Amino acid sequence: MVIAVALILIVIGSVWFHFWSPWWLTPLSSNWSLMDDTLMITFVVTGFVFVVVNLFMAYALIRFRYRADRRAAYEPENKKLELWLTGLTTVGIVIMLAPGLIVLADFVHVPEGASVVEAVGKQWQWKFRFPGKDGILGNTKPRFISNQNPFGLNPDDPNAQDDVLISNSELHLPVDLPIQVLLRSYDVLHDFYVPHFRVKMDAVPGIISSLWFTPTKIGRFDLACAEYCGIGHHTMRGAVFVEDEGSFQNWLNNQPTFAQTIAKQTIGSENSQVRQGRLLAEAKGCLGCHSVDGSPGAGPSWKGLLGKTETLTDGTTVVVDENYIKTSILNPNASVIKGYSPIMPAYQLTDDELNAFIAFTASLSATNNTADNLVSKGKQLAEQQGCLGCHSLDGNASAGPTWKGLFGKTETLADNTTIIADEAYLKEAILNPNATIVAGFAPIMPPYTFSDEELNALIAYTKTIQ
Amino acid sequence: MAHVPYQEALPLHEPKSFWTRYVWSQDHKVIAIQYTLTAVAVGLVALVMSWLMRLQIGFPGSFSFIDPSTYYQLVTMHGMIMVIYLLTAIFLGGFGNFLIPLMVGARDMVFPFVNMLSYWAYLLSVLVLMASFFVPGGPTGAGWTLYPPQAILPGTPGSDSGIVLMLVSLILFIVAATMGGLNYVTTVIQARTYGMTMMRLPLSVWGIFMATILALLAFPALFVGGVMMLFDRLLGSSFFMPAVVSMGKMLDYQGGSPVLFQHIFWFFGHPEVYIVALPAFGIVSDIISTHARKNIFGYRIMVWAIVSIGVLSFIVWAHHMYVSGMNPYFGFFFAITTLIIAVPTAIKVYNWVLTLWQGNIHMTVPMLFAVAFVSTFTIGGITGLFLGNVVIDLPLSDTYFVVAHFHMVMGVSPILVVFGGIYHWFPKITGRMLNDTLGQIHFWLTFLGTYAIYFPMHYLGFIGMPRRYYAYEGYQFIPESAQDLNVFITISALMVGAAQFIFLYNLAWSAFKGKPAGSNPWNATTLEWQTPDTPPSHGNWGDRLPIVYRWAYDYSVPGAEKDFIPQNQPPAGENPGGAATT
Amino acid sequence: MRTRHQSKKTWTPAVGMIDISNHRFSFSLANEKFGLRIFLAVITSLFLLLMISYQIRMKLSDWDSLPFPGLLWINTAVLILSCIGFQWAKIAANQNNITRVKITLLGGGLFTWLFLFGQMLVWKQLNNMGFYLQTNPANSFFYLMTALHGLHLLGGLIVWCKTSIQLFRDKKIGDLSLSIELLTIYWHFLLAVWLVMFTMMQLK
Repeated sequence: MVIAVALILIVIGSVWFHFWSPWWLTPLSSNWSLMDDTLMITFVVTGFVFVVVNLFMAYALIRFRYRADRRAAYEPENKKLELWLTGLTTVGIVIMLAPGLIVLADFVHVPEGASVVEAVGKQWQWKFRFPGKDGILGNTKPRFISNQNPFGLNPDDPNAQDDVLISNSELHLPVDLPIQVLLRSYDVLHDFYVPHFRVKMDAVPGIISSLWFTPTKIGRFDLACAEYCGIGHHTMRGAVFVEDEGSFQNWLNNQPTFAQTIAKQTIGSENSQVRQGRLLAEAKGCLGCHSVDGSPGAGPSWKGLLGKTETLTDGTTVVVDENYIKTSILNPNASVIKGYSPIMPAYQLTDDELNAFIAFTASLSATNNTADNLVSKGKQLAEQQGCLGCHSLDGNASAGPTWKGLFGKTETLADNTTIIADEAYLKEAILNPNATIVAGFAPIMPPYTFSDEELNALIAYTKTIQ
Repeated sequence: MAHVPYQEALPLHEPKSFWTRYVWSQDHKVIAIQYTLTAVAVGLVALVMSWLMRLQIGFPGSFSFIDPSTYYQLVTMHGMIMVIYLLTAIFLGGFGNFLIPLMVGARDMVFPFVNMLSYWAYLLSVLVLMASFFVPGGPTGAGWTLYPPQAILPGTPGSDSGIVLMLVSLILFIVAATMGGLNYVTTVIQARTYGMTMMRLPLSVWGIFMATILALLAFPALFVGGVMMLFDRLLGSSFFMPAVVSMGKMLDYQGGSPVLFQHIFWFFGHPEVYIVALPAFGIVSDIISTHARKNIFGYRIMVWAIVSIGVLSFIVWAHHMYVSGMNPYFGFFFAITTLIIAVPTAIKVYNWVLTLWQGNIHMTVPMLFAVAFVSTFTIGGITGLFLGNVVIDLPLSDTYFVVAHFHMVMGVSPILVVFGGIYHWFPKITGRMLNDTLGQIHFWLTFLGTYAIYFPMHYLGFIGMPRRYYAYEGYQFIPESAQDLNVFITISALMVGAAQFIFLYNLAWSAFKGKPAGSNPWNATTLEWQTPDTPPSHGNWGDRLPIVYRWAYDYSVPGAEKDFIPQNQPPAGENPGGAATT
Repeated sequence: MRTRHQSKKTWTPAVGMIDISNHRFSFSLANEKFGLRIFLAVITSLFLLLMISYQIRMKLSDWDSLPFPGLLWINTAVLILSCIGFQWAKIAANQNNITRVKITLLGGGLFTWLFLFGQMLVWKQLNNMGFYLQTNPANSFFYLMTALHGLHLLGGLIVWCKTSIQLFRDKKIGDLSLSIELLTIYWHFLLAVWLVMFTMMQLK
């Protein structure tokens, strides 16, 4: 009667496994405790059936094993018993189904006053969009999607201008506030799934789907894509940070709006304030005496000026900060730098103009802090342009080669030639990817048209990933 | 017109040469073996694929040739082969072809030529599918569900040629299944012998019959979805393709609906799982009954359950789509119908167990497999109740909970029935018994092994571990210990896979050297065991068709001399044909 | 025909053999006729699903209905004529009028070829007007449904060819009356499918 013993052991083993195993639902961090409760009800009802059926069968196998002197009973049917069993089963089904439908009604009705955030899935990363101060998400259309406008926002839609854009797969949310996540996809099916929040929903290109929840615990939660979406499906991860209202607002305010991202791209990498400062410098004739590239002139060069420590004619040292610059514009000869004549006229600029000018100066210093700012610019580009959807930073295989240790590496291309991944190769790989595919990878990378400066930034960033 | 004499008068062509007897055969028994051998062969390919997948999951990165692209191709081909080319083909084309004419008392299927064509169309579909390994880009890696837009867009393996071959292969399979299906249905309805009423049919026939009706009505949906996807891929239409920006480029498609494909696919897909399950239900009823020497408990309600499960299976499909982005209110309807279908299914489980109650049970190898089926199907069906309830499905969808569920109900239980059925009917097919010791070893390794693989897997689903992932690094919510469980599952899977070779060896060896079985080694009542020859010759019944006097389950009839009465044994005091003995 | 309650307790002791010729659940029908009817159920499932998908897709925003070339009406008439041909052939076969069978059977088939040719002309016309398959889902559906319908007719034409050749070779009707009857049923069915689809595509 080994089989009967096996069944009994299986029942005991399964029950024991359930209580012993460390693998259970991730700790609930949202409002959907009723989902867990419904699951437990189902577990109890079905667990009971599982135990009873198996044990009953085991008993029958032992008690009614073959004996030559016995005959089996002859019982074609037993209407009464069958009716009872049907009835009990139906009751069990109702016990499981009813709570499920009630909670479903909850899920289908998004609460009044829930805030809204959009999650966009794209092979193989997540982007997010908040509606901004006007509380309305702007219109999008696939034909607006471009390197410059990765969210595909309609530039003519006034509601879109203040939408806050997050491109690095990391979403922040305020705790204890219900949030409706509107889901959109560029290309294929994806699915927004945070195990701790319980709910998930597919992002389908062509429609907008949604789910809602209220995060109840502060912390960092994994976001995983839960609808197979191609060879990068397993790397399409993100994170949701739930924090208190203050920290959340802080974070939100530091993210660029659509308007800002557009402006930043209109002229090279200048934003409008820097542009204003530069125009001012040109219009007022400053460049007649002050160079921007370090070459000597009647006045000190502006290259790397901001933050520098200078000695004045009276021997004191000063750090060239915002205040100093403002004073030297409004009242130049009060604090001339040693080695220069006091010939600069005073300029009466408005506060706004002064700030713009300082922004311009800062940009000169910034671009000349080659190392740090170029790298951070490269990092920003990599996140916004979606490179990290296919290229990992931690050495793991993905849709494209990992960037870890990439720079200077010797690689074999698909056509069996060997190359060294130097600057020239990397630039070519970005501008014309499918001509330079590394062996073992599919030729699916789209070409990117970056400026020289952007290419340098990306390469600088790549170099730092060892 | 008197019907059975009409059937009996139909000409039966005797094959003459080796080729018409064993290759271009129109004999249902030969066709059944052809189907079974082909299905097993292609199933072994899929089995090896499952090892490779498990090796990657259990020991990530250890095999450099299993890159993400290859992995997803394995996932897809393993799934499609197992569901369609193995399970469906073996239950309908294998068991259906062999058993139906014998169990209803016919000489062969009613359209033997079409039946033969059906096998060759099936073989062709398998060859086309295998061809996809050799085209540029390799086979499709879109998942067996082949969802658009990914199935035909770059970023998914095989989106160029592999998907085209897959769809063509499926279309060929559907043609084959239709040709076979017409045979099975017509034979059951029209070609039953004298006295074989529908309610005297063994449940094996009811199961396969109902499954065939489902196949005939549901496969057109797969056909429609497949053709439309082919149009989208090859002709640029937009049935399923919305405006997309793929790999940085905006494509020409617009306005199509990916969710429409899912509706069409699952309208086929859900009945498909019952196409696999219903024959298993029927066969296991007969095995339990025979080896427990007891009539099946509640025969009428078992028939009613098979029919109602079949009918209901057409209105539950969107329980595969709760998170698809479809209208959320649909969830209410489909959750209700899904949980309703659980009722007749549960009744069947009770009835199997109640058949054992007060039986006189021989623990033969077929019986072991039947008992294992009841146990594993119970748990598999139970986890379906979790997933059928929308709000429990939300956290569990697309996790390993689903993988564990469908392997239990599709991969473990029905396969146990396939094994049990082969051990049970092998003596009739070959005239020899399969080796019992090897059978026992095969059984225990398979039963305990598959339990070890799939029971703990549910708990990986509870954690939230997503399915169809090549690797799990970088996810903080997955504890380290989950990887240990993955290793355990992988090792169990490899062991279970290896155990199947014991079975194959047993099949090959016993076909020639097995103990001679006689015509009815299990003392069973059903007609197939009452043939004049074993293995049955062409035409099955010799000069005269059998005459049926009783239902299929006269085991342990009170007052009878033996503990079974064959269906074609006349009542005491009557000669065959109805004349009195005196 | 004696009716019998299906779920009678069939385990009650048998009172002798039951000849199921009178039994409710089998049909006094040639196997092929029964089988064909089952096949027609399968084809119905196929076209029903297509038409439902059509209805669903039609609701989405980018639907732009096709212009209807007048040729389609002519094609419909031609198909009706071919059905008349087959029906007449069936009657003639029952009367054993072999000459008439030959003429009408050939007629039925030839009109069908004409229909298929006409359908391809319609496709060409639409293409020339710029209504390509991929331009719009309404177009895609039109091409798909007419193609599948045409393919089913083609399948029937293969059987028609075989039957016609045999008729001319054997010079007698004999067993062929069953084939002719099956062909007739099949043609009427596909005509019905065409009429339903055609009407559906006209309704906006």
